[in-house]
Amino acid sequence: MKDLSVKNVEMVYQVPKGEPVHALHDVSFDLTAGRLLTLLGPSGCGKTTLLNILAGFLAPTAGEVTLGGDIITGPGQERGMVFQQGALFEWLSVEKNIAFGPKMNRHSKTETKDKVEELLDVVGLAGFGDRQVYELSGGMQQRVALARCLANDPDVILMDEPLGALDALTREKMQGLILKLWKETGKSIILVTHSVEEALYLGDRLFVMAPRPGRIECDYELPFAENGLEVEPRELKAAPEFGEKREEILSIIWEMEEEIMGRGEAI
Amino acid sequence: MNADMGLGVRDGDTSKMTDKSGPFASWGMFSRGQDTRLTVAFGDSSAVRSLPVYSLISLVAMIVFWFVATYTWGFPDQFKEPGLSDKLRIAACNSNDVCKGSFSQLLGPLTFPSIRDTWNTFFLLIDEGFQDITLWAHTKASLWRVIRGMFFGTLFGVPIGFAMGLSSKARGFFDTIVESFRPVPPLALLPLFILIFGIGDTTAVRLLIFASIWIMIIASRSGVQEANLSKVRAAYSLGASKPQVLFRVLLPNALPQLFTGFRLALGVSWGTLVAAELVGTRDGLGSMIFAARPFFRLDVVVVGIIVIALLGVMMDIILRFLESKLIPWRGKG
Ligand SMILES: Nc1ncnc2c1ncn2[C@@H]1O[C@H](COP(=O)(O)OP(=O)(O)O)[C@@H](O)[C@H]1O
Ligand SMILES: [Mg+2]
Repeated sequence: MKDLSVKNVEMVYQVPKGEPVHALHDVSFDLTAGRLLTLLGPSGCGKTTLLNILAGFLAPTAGEVTLGGDIITGPGQERGMVFQQGALFEWLSVEKNIAFGPKMNRHSKTETKDKVEELLDVVGLAGFGDRQVYELSGGMQQRVALARCLANDPDVILMDEPLGALDALTREKMQGLILKLWKETGKSIILVTHSVEEALYLGDRLFVMAPRPGRIECDYELPFAENGLEVEPRELKAAPEFGEKREEILSIIWEMEEEIMGRGEAI
Repeated sequence: MNADMGLGVRDGDTSKMTDKSGPFASWGMFSRGQDTRLTVAFGDSSAVRSLPVYSLISLVAMIVFWFVATYTWGFPDQFKEPGLSDKLRIAACNSNDVCKGSFSQLLGPLTFPSIRDTWNTFFLLIDEGFQDITLWAHTKASLWRVIRGMFFGTLFGVPIGFAMGLSSKARGFFDTIVESFRPVPPLALLPLFILIFGIGDTTAVRLLIFASIWIMIIASRSGVQEANLSKVRAAYSLGASKPQVLFRVLLPNALPQLFTGFRLALGVSWGTLVAAELVGTRDGLGSMIFAARPFFRLDVVVVGIIVIALLGVMMDIILRFLESKLIPWRGKG
């Protein structure tokens, strides 16, 4: 397992007509292997941009990102990505979607088959292997996306609002699944979310990001994810410490929103 | 996508996956088939289907009309008057050498062929053919031309379209060419093609390549352009190389658009072909119709038209069937 290190990353988007957008400013942090970092912040503060840089889809304007000491220059399978939706391959069955990574790497068929069976079991889709992905509900599709990402055994899993398109109940179940996977595999996870509660519940570390230019405003160490599976989720979320943190973070975000509104730059 | 909305619906709810067609699904053909009763259906196009009963009614109506029209009127009536019709026929013959020697054939009344005549001619054309070429040989010639035209149109069109979707240089280069040639009706180029390549089979095929290639280029270009970026990125993150992204993500992902393009191109090719054969070739359904004209063999013309129409419908049905088998996810992503 490898540590992630982000040093002085800047990202400026050149817009053909108009001002360049300063999407990230001086973003630096170290993430030791096996941590679950959640990113929270108003829309447009550069969460997706940061994730795309970590995944290697975008090169930062300045600064550098290393994983286990190696500079990230492009996408790689040691960094898996789970998108909000629409990233599954509709022309492949569930099991072939999951087997996509190993197949691209020409792993042996029997080995892959066993791995797929195991992963289907892990994400709670045992018996769904030969289903078509477009027949599945949104929650099940995200389970497939998780399994597909895990099939390559990445060191870091990047998730951009993976539960954003799900309804409340499905969402809660998937949160449990993510926690379980995190604890069982010991992988690093970076997860972007809009929901303060989700960020608190899942993260053992939390960044609150601020916009214009996008930057890390606060860096919290959180205790909740540690007990996330032992304690009933609703009980945990009802605990006073949880409520306090939630209010604290909500007020920070509200302040940012008001500031943006005050400047008349957003609706 | 998001089936599990609302309270009480569990994740993993499989009810929406059960096949709705019961054992008597095929009976729906003649039943109303609509179990949900909409209070206001007007304007809701999803509630509109093509009721097979009514399609059958219109088919029967067409046949009945044909029957009655040829039985009572023997269209067009005035040609039965010897004076006028003889003049017309002789005029037609003078302008066309092919008529010479078959003058006796011209003396019968020129009427729109009845259903029975057409039926008989159909079998006569199958057995003996017209001018020694059987109906099957004509059909085969036409189909073979369309197949070759579509094959090469697709073979060249798809890679060009993909290149345009993938590279700015290729887009810039081909944009001008595609945009200049795409609006040209292929038949407008027929005289030019005949002058350059001469009359014959390959000229017709070349014209068909011209008819289909632009459609295939545009279809495949939009297939690539409309690919969801996160699919491509997911593939790279899973360790796919560029060729793997191309052949295992972009290509299958573009299949719906490619299919639509193919169906469109086939329709255009079919129409272009028959017209091209009118002047450009010795065999083929179009040339059969054209050759029958100076002999006033309207029955042969009608058989030709019907065969052309039926083949066109059949090709579309086959393609639609293939589409449902090859891209079942269409419209469900
Ligand atoms: N490709 C792009 N070109 C120009 N500006 C962009 C592009 N992508 C994002 N931006 C801008 O960068 C800022 C950060 O965007 P993003 O990372 O998507 O934020 P978030 O995911 O936190 O909502 C926004 O102001 C957005 O408009
Ligand atoms: Mg975003």
